[in-house]
Amino acid sequence: MSFVSNNKTDEKDMLKRIGVNNIEALFADIPEDIRSTGGLGLPEALSEIEAEKLLRLMEKENRPRLSFLGGGVYPHYIPAAVDQLTLRSEFYTAYTPYQPEVSQGTLTAIFEFQTMICRLTGMDVANASMYDGATAAAEAVLMCLGMKKKRRVVISHALHPHYREVIKTYAWANDITPAWAECAGGVTDVAAVRALLDDDTGAVVIQTPGFFGCIEDVAAISACLSEKKIPLIVVVNEMVSLGLLKSPGQLGADIVCGEAQSLGNPVGFGGPLLGFMAAKKAYMRKMPGRFVGKTLDADGNTAYVLTLQTREQHIRREKATSNICTNEGLCALRAVIYLSMVGNRLRDLARLNHSLAAYMKKEFSRIGCEPLYESPCFNEFTVKIKNAKSVLEKLSQQGIVLGLDLGDYQENLTDAVLVCCTEEKTKQDIDAAVAAVKAITV
Amino acid sequence: MSVIFEKSKPGKNGFRIPDNGLKDMAELPEDLVNDGIDLVDVNEVDVARHYTALSKMNFGVDCGMYPLGSCTMKYNPKINERMAALEGFSRLHPFSGDSLSQGALKLMYELSVSLSEITGMAAFSLSPAAGAHGELTAVMIIKKYFADRGEQRRVILIPDSAHGTNPASVAMCGFEVKEVPSTKEGDVDISVLEQMTDENVAAMMLTSPNTLGLFDRNITVIADILHRNGALFYGDGANLNAVMGVAKIRDMGFDLMHINLHKTFSTPHGGGGPGSGPIGVAPDLVKYLPVPVVRKSADGYFLDDACPASIGRVHSFYGNFLVFVKAYTYIRMLGAEGIRNACEHAVLNANYLLAGLKKAFNLPIDRTCMHEFVLNDEGMPNGVTTNDIAKRLLDYGFHAPTIYFPLIVHGSIMIEPTETENREMLDRFIEIMISIKKEAGENPEMVKSAPVQTPVKRVDAVLAARKPVLKWEK
Repeated sequence: MSFVSNNKTDEKDMLKRIGVNNIEALFADIPEDIRSTGGLGLPEALSEIEAEKLLRLMEKENRPRLSFLGGGVYPHYIPAAVDQLTLRSEFYTAYTPYQPEVSQGTLTAIFEFQTMICRLTGMDVANASMYDGATAAAEAVLMCLGMKKKRRVVISHALHPHYREVIKTYAWANDITPAWAECAGGVTDVAAVRALLDDDTGAVVIQTPGFFGCIEDVAAISACLSEKKIPLIVVVNEMVSLGLLKSPGQLGADIVCGEAQSLGNPVGFGGPLLGFMAAKKAYMRKMPGRFVGKTLDADGNTAYVLTLQTREQHIRREKATSNICTNEGLCALRAVIYLSMVGNRLRDLARLNHSLAAYMKKEFSRIGCEPLYESPCFNEFTVKIKNAKSVLEKLSQQGIVLGLDLGDYQENLTDAVLVCCTEEKTKQDIDAAVAAVKAITV
Repeated sequence: MSVIFEKSKPGKNGFRIPDNGLKDMAELPEDLVNDGIDLVDVNEVDVARHYTALSKMNFGVDCGMYPLGSCTMKYNPKINERMAALEGFSRLHPFSGDSLSQGALKLMYELSVSLSEITGMAAFSLSPAAGAHGELTAVMIIKKYFADRGEQRRVILIPDSAHGTNPASVAMCGFEVKEVPSTKEGDVDISVLEQMTDENVAAMMLTSPNTLGLFDRNITVIADILHRNGALFYGDGANLNAVMGVAKIRDMGFDLMHINLHKTFSTPHGGGGPGSGPIGVAPDLVKYLPVPVVRKSADGYFLDDACPASIGRVHSFYGNFLVFVKAYTYIRMLGAEGIRNACEHAVLNANYLLAGLKKAFNLPIDRTCMHEFVLNDEGMPNGVTTNDIAKRLLDYGFHAPTIYFPLIVHGSIMIEPTETENREMLDRFIEIMISIKKEAGENPEMVKSAPVQTPVKRVDAVLAARKPVLKWEK
């Protein structure tokens, strides 16, 4: 396939107008000895027909029948309107809205996204998106520590292990020391957090629901930080939970950041995702990422525009709040269309998620697989399964992915599996999975 | 234009939630549960109309040309979207395990191999989610490289023409930025570079061809100066469209680089993402690449995170996978010849525009350009500025070029047509630019008050910054 529409006559005319004999002459500034001789060692061109056949063969190789995986990325139902409206090419083939007069579509949608994120999280301001939950958390840490010129951050063990690793990477690059707060009963141990606080602590990071599925006591952790005035960063990576649970803002969070992929975006083998960052007003001018603001045009009509750009790399360069440029704009558009479609029914959807998980937990108990933790969960929980590794392997051969083997993440968690139920599951799906486990473990 | 919140009214919401065969089994304690949420109550009809109306206020590549220098706004083939929507890709959970993800892993592996072949780099990581993320990841690799050697190098050099993400990425990694000037001809000033390159310099970041759209004729000399000093040479690959198939980035002397899949490899820009910024490295640096790495064995493909020298993870999973699907589809469709052909026509188209515009507009540096070139507003009559020209172009159905970048050209107008514009469109662009120049002379108010044909008129950015309103309130 070619997307070049100039023919040989055009080429000749154009070369003439430029004043050279051939295209090669236009590359004269590239030294001869570094110009490639011979073609690229890549396969020949394919027609669209052949390309599709090829990709479909690759796609066929990925086929679990039934999956109960969560762990930071959640398979929710995506209403048809989200796919179709996002396929309008004026949205997806558009550039960054640096020319607002021809970008009101993108800008208005992002303004709506910022508003909805604030409402769900209980925060004052939200940006236009970050790459994903892990980098959002990492940049929130950099922001807090940078503001107070501190070098230490306390992080809960219930934060997603991949997020912890990404924060470690960013921390190492910036001479920041992470300190890890232990968990008890699947949630952050408040006493452990308190014991780790010192004068060089610039932030505390927790996740709710935590990696093991348990809902955190955000208010208790916030309370133990208020004396030293240490900011609390609450990571949320299952945004549907905020349909039902109290917002972190209500419970004392200073910054709420994380992963909004649950809102209208597919799991997509882990990307693209939809990082978000929201905060109290005091953090506005230090936040990374783009902001869309409301303003007027020359006729006095409402218009939207990228604003507070002096924080950003294209203006402040090495003094910018972050280097972030391209973010996850179209994924944010999907989220705002999703939230418009579901609207306040998100609360009922969240309730359904929770009910399904509660049902599965109960059914597991009936066959002797007890939950590992007592703390309340949202749509994800940790269940004890003897010889989990072997059980999961056998189920996988049947096309059932029961959940995440936590033994791969923590030594003391062999025989513990992280299982997630979203509204995509039915009672029958759950019954089938539990029956399959029973058949193997009996 | 109203926002969706203004269309909300209780009772409008028609979105039905099933009960999935369960009576409510909620077991959550009261004190964890909220009193209700405040999003919107609208009907699907409202949603469809609202977002359709919004889309009509947007300009996309399918509407017309985006001559945005440094952005490579080429056409986004529609097959890309269909392939990324295939359920075996879009519904595949990243924790599915290697044996159930072979197709996806194979695609990632082959994409990495293709990018290596195009650039000459030894290996790629697809993890970074955008170009800037790739830059940051690469700077971390530079840091680890010197830490392992026990060398304390604190400085990274960037040219005065660098894209803002370059110094910002450097600063985000605790390095100090030092700027190297360019000559009047648009090349890096070699003699100054020599002086500045000392034992404190870890690396230089350079875009090639540079942000003026010019190929630095001293590129291998630059590489040599850095390497003799034990420093590394990083290539910002934003302009890869100008050289792919014709020359390899590695052959220019670069040790590491990033690529923007949403520029060079046709994945759509999405109004601000998702992009993808894979990084490629020379053989010595392969061990530092972020985890996990996709490997191939006799039994198939697998994700390897047992890489002791790695800088660690930089993304929660493996990068923007569905964007990889689009780039891979594009690379397979173009093939070896098509990649080179795209590059050649990108450079042809840019030089054609340059030839057509250089008489009417001021050309700060008169050289053969690569895939883009820079004009400016010097000599424009009646105080008409670059910004005015950009806004007036919107009235004629073109997106504006990149303006006021690079910083070393005052009033810079950077034009990059890409290879997917045809000659007729280019002729029209030349014609319109020349007529705007004429308007500037005869009827400057038309240009200074532009745009007038767009959904909104010139937007007040000053007001937005002075009184920030970042969310809707009743």
